[in-house]
Order: sequence, then structure tokens, then C-alpha cells
Amino acid sequence: MNTLYKVSKDYHKEIAENNFYYARSCIRQNFFPGSEVTFLKILRDNLGKTIYDDPHHTTCTGIGYHSDVVPYDTIQTVVARHFALMTAQGITNFVASCVTSFGMYIEITETWKHYPQQLEKIREFLKKATGREFEIPKNIAHTSDIIYNNRMMIAGQMKYPLVNVKTGEKLKIVDHIGCHYAKMFPEKGEGGAEFTQVLQGMIKAWGGQTVDYPERRHCCGFGFRQYLVQANRGYSVSNSKKKFESMQPYEPEAILTNCPGCAMFLDRWQYVMFEMQGVKYGKDQSFIPVFTYEELAGLVLGYDPWDLGLQMHQIDVRPFLDKIGIKYDNDKMYKTKTGKTIGSYTPKQCK
Amino acid sequence: MNLHEILKQDLRYDEAVNACMNCGICTSVCPAAEFSDYDPRILINIVQNEDDEKIEELLKSDYIWLCGQCMSCKTRCPRGNVPGLLINVLRRYSQELGYFTESRRGRQQYNLHKVLNSNILNQGYCIVPESVTPELHPEQGPVWEWIFKNKDEFYDRMGANLHKEGAGVLRKIEDKDLQELKNIFKETGADFLQEKIEEFSQKKAEDLGYDTDSEDGMQQYFLDVFKGKI
Repeated sequence: MNTLYKVSKDYHKEIAENNFYYARSCIRQNFFPGSEVTFLKILRDNLGKTIYDDPHHTTCTGIGYHSDVVPYDTIQTVVARHFALMTAQGITNFVASCVTSFGMYIEITETWKHYPQQLEKIREFLKKATGREFEIPKNIAHTSDIIYNNRMMIAGQMKYPLVNVKTGEKLKIVDHIGCHYAKMFPEKGEGGAEFTQVLQGMIKAWGGQTVDYPERRHCCGFGFRQYLVQANRGYSVSNSKKKFESMQPYEPEAILTNCPGCAMFLDRWQYVMFEMQGVKYGKDQSFIPVFTYEELAGLVLGYDPWDLGLQMHQIDVRPFLDKIGIKYDNDKMYKTKTGKTIGSYTPKQCK
Repeated sequence: MNLHEILKQDLRYDEAVNACMNCGICTSVCPAAEFSDYDPRILINIVQNEDDEKIEELLKSDYIWLCGQCMSCKTRCPRGNVPGLLINVLRRYSQELGYFTESRRGRQQYNLHKVLNSNILNQGYCIVPESVTPELHPEQGPVWEWIFKNKDEFYDRMGANLHKEGAGVLRKIEDKDLQELKNIFKETGADFLQEKIEEFSQKKAEDLGYDTDSEDGMQQYFLDVFKGKI
């Protein structure tokens, strides 16, 4: 039995099929609003699922926790409040849009399993602070798990497979998995931490090919305080640079990510590396476009690229769209819902 | 009470420290170890040896603030040690005991507290578009300048619900929900931690000659720490 098969088999997680409570992501709402909108649209319109979008849900405070300005008891109680909101809707399947949040929901429920007295303490905190009570979800998934679980149904509705329309070759797409998806609890990630399948499974199902580049598992470098404080950002860009240099020999045509910060940093740090050192890491001195899994799913399903929010990327995605034969209206990039032009910017060209 | 006994009061200590044998696999995969002097093997060894003098040095140093919390160490340790989780415990007590202002990187907790706790308690998010100003975030590039300048129309274009009532992306979080967050912060010790960060940061700023009686003085301290000047 080869190692990849064995590890994948050992770490095959249970993912709920339907009836979800949706927990939004702070970073994605700011930098990838189109991905969150598209996730709900794909679930409801393409997959026929039911998902509840709750106006009363707030941040999980995970960025604050990992920046050490929010105590563990506090984030546990905020998460307990989220579970109380889910419980109030009669839902038992919880799906998190953020990998940091997903990691926290798992870490906290695991803490409660190992320390039942802690669970009781948090129940008391929540009751006293809000009057609320909660049930622990039967299933906790990340949004990429849901898309992965339904990748073949999406493939069945696909309009633009991940194939170069001129050459007929499968597009070479590398993935980057957010650290907190499976590194803390490998059994909670599809394929575990070493051979994670959640994104590779999508790429393969939609016609592309993947590469297991050496630093595929390395952190993008977000590092919470290491990015949020300006003086520390060398840490963040250095780690992304290490990843780019590792993937460069394989000439990837895109990067697919499942973590809010990673998608943003792998896009922005390419711009910064070019501005600082004049380097690009794609084939023939090109940039490498970076996509979220909803953006990629939306593209293969035939959604308009600008409805997906691809104009929010610093690295121009249009050469990728050309490769798979998607038509787009350049002017629409800069327009409001009503057709008014709201200024413009020049994205970094991939060539 | 001894420092190592204080650390053990946090339940995460039990999960983080399990007879480290100093194999160093955590260091080999650690992003912080690659680009700084940080070494999780050394960190966990100091703590498990229960040498209070060295633990106090750690709590006052830049060292504990170099970890990026990726938790790669958790995946690879053959004994289930989690240096990244131990870091959370050390940072907690560095702040509660007031040691964090003794190091340049420790002082940055003032920046993080000011930005994140303000966003969380006043808006219900860790990050909001208004807090990512192009001046302090040049790495966000021209695309973010464009979005930032046109955010109302742009987020509307994306199907968001920026600062408006109801569900959706970046909706306004209702006052009653924010009040629940505030109540949780009060009940669970977050207010206590915030007070400690404020108190010790004010004292450090005063020691460094900032006019801590004025808002401008503390704002200047904030910016100088944020940019690594002090």
C-alpha cells in the first residue's frame, strides 16, 4: 500500500451532507466577499442544499486569540455563543468559512472532550453573560470540505474544465492548505496534514493536474502578529517567498487555497516581491494567479469572473481565464451594480 | 508561587508539554526558526526544566513573540508536544505579570490589543475595511487603494451588506449582539487582560518619555511600536 493511499484512507473525515449553520470569516468578508456570496449561491442554486446565514453571528475572535489579546476562556465562550445560535435554529451541522475559526471550533470542542469541567465552566459563563444555552454540533466542517464533498456534482455541471483550450493539456495547479485546517488535528482534515486531499480532489475532479511540491505544507507566513504589526512583516513575506521558490520549478499555472489569509498573502506578496526584487515565480517570468475554491468552482461552473470578485486580486487572473476559454468584459471589472464606473487600477500582468 | 507553577495553572500547559526528548523536529519545520533566532526545541526544554530564572528571562524577551502560531510543531512531534500552544501560555503570563513591555516585540501587544479588541467589541469583527488603511498597509497594493477609496459602492457590487442591517457580508452587527460580546469579555477575563495591557503599556510609554496624559502621546507610542522604532 503506498503512503499517499494509506494516509488518505486514515484521514477520511465525515462531512455532513445538508442543513448547515454558516459561520462567516472576518478576513474573507473583507478581502474575498465574492467567495462567501458564491459559496451560498453554489450550495443553494447548484447543489440544492439548505444553509442558514445568521445576522447575529459575530467574529469567533480567533485572530485576537492567536495574537494573544483574547483569553482562551473568552474565545471558548464566544464559540459557545455561536453554537447557541445554531442550536436556536434547530441545526446540528456547523460549517466555518475561515480556517482559523475552523481550527478553533475543533480545538475547543476537543478541549471540552478532554476536560468536561471546562465545558461546564463555559456553559456557566455563557449563561451568565447572555442567558443562552447550547448543544455541541454533530458535525463541524470547513467550507472547503463541503465543496470537496460535492466536487463530482459540480463536475457534472461544469462549463469550463481546467484544461488549456488551445493545447488540450490539463492545467497545472498547486494547492496551499491553511495550517489550521489539519496541522493541529490531522484527523479533522480530508487526507490529514501531510497528504491533504481537500483541494487536490477538486482540481482533479474539474480536469486539472496537481503537483506535490516540496514546501506544499509550509505556512504562507501570516503568523497573526507577524503580519498585523508592520515591523514584523518580513516574517510573512519570507515564508511566502520560500513557498514560491519551492513551487517555481514545477511551473504552476495557478495556486488554489482554502484559507482566507493564505489566499490574500500569496496574491499580495507576489506583488511585493516584484516591487522589491523584480522577481516573478510563474513560467516564463509570469505571476501566478491565486484562487479560493469558491472562485475556482464558480469559474468552472460558468459564473461571471467579476461577480466572483476576481477584480479584488492584485495579480491579474485574465491570462488564466483565457487559458480555459472564459469570455469576460474588461469594462465590467470597474463597474457598480448599476453600471457606473468606479475608477480603475492596473492589476499586475501575468506576463 | 514559582513561575513554572503559575504556567501549570493554564490547562493548555498539560496539552503542550509531554517529556520533550529534544529531537528537534519542531525546529526543523518551524517557519519562525527559519527566519529568526527562535527555536521551539530550546523553548520547550527551558520550560520543562522548571528553571524559574530562565522562564522569567523568556517572559521578558522577544523570544516568545517570534512564533507565528502555524502549529506545524503539533503535527510533527512524535510525543505530542506543542511548543506553539506553550507559547500561548507564556504570552498570557508575560502580559498578566507585566513582563511583555520589557521587549520590543512584547510591546507590540499594545498595537494588537488596540486594533483587534476595538474592532471586536465595537463592530463584531476582528478586521474591518476601515482598519486596513493603505498608508499602514502598502503591501496591499493599488488594488486595495482602489477598493478602499470606493468601498461603499464596491462592496455593494460584490453582493455585500457593508454596515447595513440584516444578514450578509460585513453587515452591521446589532447592538444587542455586541453587548453579548462585551458581557462575555467581562465574565471571562478579557477585560482584565485588556486592563493589564493598557496599564503596563502606559507605564512603559511614561518611562520612555511619552506624554501619557495626552491621547497624542499614546498614539505616538502606538505608531513607534507598530513601526519597530522602539
